Amino acid sequence: MLHRLLSGDTPRSRVLAAILAAILLALLLAPLLFPGTRSLDVAAKVLVFILLVASYDLLLGYTGIVSFAHTMFFGIGGYGVGIAAAKFGPTWGSLALGSLAALGLSALLAFAIGLLSLRVRAIFFAMITLAVASFFQILASQLSALTGGEDGLNYRLPEILLPGTRLIEAPLLGVDITGRIASYYLVFAAVLALFLLLLRIVNSPFGRVLLSIRENEFRAEAIGTRTVFYRTAANCIAALVATAAGILYALWLRYTGPDTTLSFNIMIDILLMVVIGGMGTMYGAVLGATLFVTAQNYLQDLMKMASEALTGVPLLPSLLHPDRWLLWLGVLFILCVYYFPTGIVGKLRARR
Amino acid sequence: MAEALLALAGVNTHIGQYHILQGVDFEVPRCGLTMLLGRNGAGKTTCLRTVMGLWRASAGAIRFDGRDVTRTPTPDLARQGIAYVPENMGIFAGLTVRENLVLAARAGILDDKRLEWIFGLFPAMKQFWHGLAGTLSGGQKQMLAIARAIVEPRRLLLVDEPTKGLAPAIIANMIEAFRELKRTDTTILVVEQNFHFARALGDTVAVMDSGRIVHTGAMAALAADQALQTRLLGLSLEAHQ
Amino acid sequence: MSPGRRIDWIPLALVGALMLAALPLVGSAPTWVTLTVAGLAMGMMIFIMASGLTLVFGLMDVMNFAHGAFISVGAYAAASVLVAMRGAMQEASVTANLSAMLPAVLAAIALAGALGLFFERVVIRPVYGDHLKQILVTMGGLIVCEQLIHVVWGPDIIPLPRPATFTGSVTFGDAAIERYRLLAVLVGLAVFAGMWLLLARTRLGLLIRAGVENAEMVESLGYRIRRLFVGVFVAGSALAGLGGVMWAMYQESVYAQMGMQMMVVIFIVIIIGGLGSVGGCFVGALLVGLLANYIGYVAPKLALGSNILLMVLVLLWRPNGLYPVGKS
Repeated sequence: MLHRLLSGDTPRSRVLAAILAAILLALLLAPLLFPGTRSLDVAAKVLVFILLVASYDLLLGYTGIVSFAHTMFFGIGGYGVGIAAAKFGPTWGSLALGSLAALGLSALLAFAIGLLSLRVRAIFFAMITLAVASFFQILASQLSALTGGEDGLNYRLPEILLPGTRLIEAPLLGVDITGRIASYYLVFAAVLALFLLLLRIVNSPFGRVLLSIRENEFRAEAIGTRTVFYRTAANCIAALVATAAGILYALWLRYTGPDTTLSFNIMIDILLMVVIGGMGTMYGAVLGATLFVTAQNYLQDLMKMASEALTGVPLLPSLLHPDRWLLWLGVLFILCVYYFPTGIVGKLRARR
Repeated sequence: MAEALLALAGVNTHIGQYHILQGVDFEVPRCGLTMLLGRNGAGKTTCLRTVMGLWRASAGAIRFDGRDVTRTPTPDLARQGIAYVPENMGIFAGLTVRENLVLAARAGILDDKRLEWIFGLFPAMKQFWHGLAGTLSGGQKQMLAIARAIVEPRRLLLVDEPTKGLAPAIIANMIEAFRELKRTDTTILVVEQNFHFARALGDTVAVMDSGRIVHTGAMAALAADQALQTRLLGLSLEAHQ
Repeated sequence: MSPGRRIDWIPLALVGALMLAALPLVGSAPTWVTLTVAGLAMGMMIFIMASGLTLVFGLMDVMNFAHGAFISVGAYAAASVLVAMRGAMQEASVTANLSAMLPAVLAAIALAGALGLFFERVVIRPVYGDHLKQILVTMGGLIVCEQLIHVVWGPDIIPLPRPATFTGSVTFGDAAIERYRLLAVLVGLAVFAGMWLLLARTRLGLLIRAGVENAEMVESLGYRIRRLFVGVFVAGSALAGLGGVMWAMYQESVYAQMGMQMMVVIFIVIIIGGLGSVGGCFVGALLVGLLANYIGYVAPKLALGSNILLMVLVLLWRPNGLYPVGKS
């Protein structure tokens, strides 16, 4: 039963299975296990990024395409919800409209980008996606009447999702069941469902064709596969899932802005997560996102302690300064590209 | 006669997962012209590229003038006196004819007497001296490619299908040029599919099929034996006249 | 545009056309002069920063996404020297200023070049031929370099005032032209002329031009092209460092993200010019610089997106850039 749910793509390593189960459990029971505001924020961010990174893994790990436009689709989802909620009122109807519009726009853009540029070399494609994403970022900050410019959009949501709403009078297991909890489980359910869908896609005949194209494009072309079609399809699916992640994030934060969605830093973060977690594994996205987001929030405290403990020692305090956590992740990232292309997941599977 | 200038023993080459050369054994005697014939896909180009170090032999040994050169890098092979004319000619289209030749002259300058001799073989070179190599016709490009290979004396020339796509008149010109070349003490190994060209110039011949050498011997012997020709090279050979 | 025989004048004419077209749109001639010089100066600096990248790509088939790191490092190296020699910079004498600027520029070129050497050997060499890994690894390198800059030089923005004799403007009639911009144009032209002569007249240039077309054939002719690769990579990095110094003095400040921020513009410029073409890079950079300044005056809202629109238009006309490099 579990086998079918995971579309046959089991963890294949006891340690990995244990870790994944632990993460699943932690996320499922987060409101109960980690009651603070900050911890639930971290959990929600982990969920959103699991989905975002998994969609990027479809592109990079399974199809072998490097795109820098992924945050653009993330942003489209976020702004779809944001603009709808801010301009047309916080109703389910307007949210649905905003979401559909966002998904439609993403599909169109992904299709256009795919057809126009997937014919060209990987490097050209990467540069073009960088330019397109940059253009979109500029657009978002310039059309401030619509998008709120640099400040972004703050908006309300339907009653049931607002933190002020009490859904059940008495606290359940010590936790106040508010709209916030409802939001959280909405995100959880959606992420779980879409992740399983992605697993289904990569383990289908379609997914196998993608892998064969990634392995040897010439050969795939030679045996008649219309690679442009498959790669465009993968591009569209990845874009749609990223948009979905953006929609969910916008619902959780009740805020959409250029920093939370379109910033190039987020693109870099995605790259780090997918490579360190493990390219072409899907589960790598889970590990990578969990590791990264928790480190981003908690490792910095650790680093601060270490840095302060080492004052007086030359260079070390600045190397261990909490703001430099990206340095270490960057080094880890580079090492993974050279030596562990299948990331943590690959390493765990190899040990069995 | 002295030991062969070039000797391949048990050479295997893999390209990705494809096993192209499956144990090539043959020798190229000094100061003659050896023709390497065979059907499409037999592995002739792979053979030349492996000798030139552009593709790595996965097994076997290559000896040049008695020295083992199996692992020698391409530039070093060129410096030892091997010149390579690839199938696509490899001329630099954005450079002039003069620049193409100057680049090929490792001494840095062109020897006037040598240049006159080359102009004698290929008059078009003189005519288009300052023209961009990319504007030359197919036949002229081929001539430039060969001129580049002989701009300074070399010990071994590796030439891949010099007559491919050329009109018969140009091929005749080419035969004359190669006859001239044979008079120098350069050893030449030519990969060809044009049997007429091969028969006119070859001293010795080696035939490849499916990554192996299936026949070696004197060209005269092969030329006289119709049945052998058909067996080794298929019906295509008469078409290449 | 290879420094060979026939020069394709159309793209070059585009620059002139753009300048002429802008005149009526801008309205006043003096303003036009100021904007044109500003545009040319910006273009020259972008050219210096971008030329190394396009040449490296053309020759080695390597796209170094960490190129921005060389720009930043160059700027910081120079900043350290200039801050130490603040006195000489503030004196109103050209010799005093140059006595500070020249070491600064040398420091920038040296450090950027050294970083380039390290990069080629350690980071890029293992992934020659694998474009996917190249993109990933060089992106990682960019992140690490930017972080290391923070470690070595601190997280604050370093202000970098221009040298005393190059501040302010000269007036030609009604037009005011910043002295620094004139300097940038001169330096840019010198760099371009130098590169052109190198490529067109020297044996090394011949090798590079041939290598861009067909590196394998150059090897078959007996040249150890690996060494050429390293040399060109280091030179490209050094040029980026020079560009970084000039850009930093233009903006009068130095910060770690400088290089990374320029990457989008640099990519647009080299795509417009044609990947691997130095001449194309030059024309592309001028077009981008001029356009940014003209549109910034005439229609400021469009300014930021104008590069990308220009790129789309050029690609619709010539899909491989203004001067496509023919690769065998």
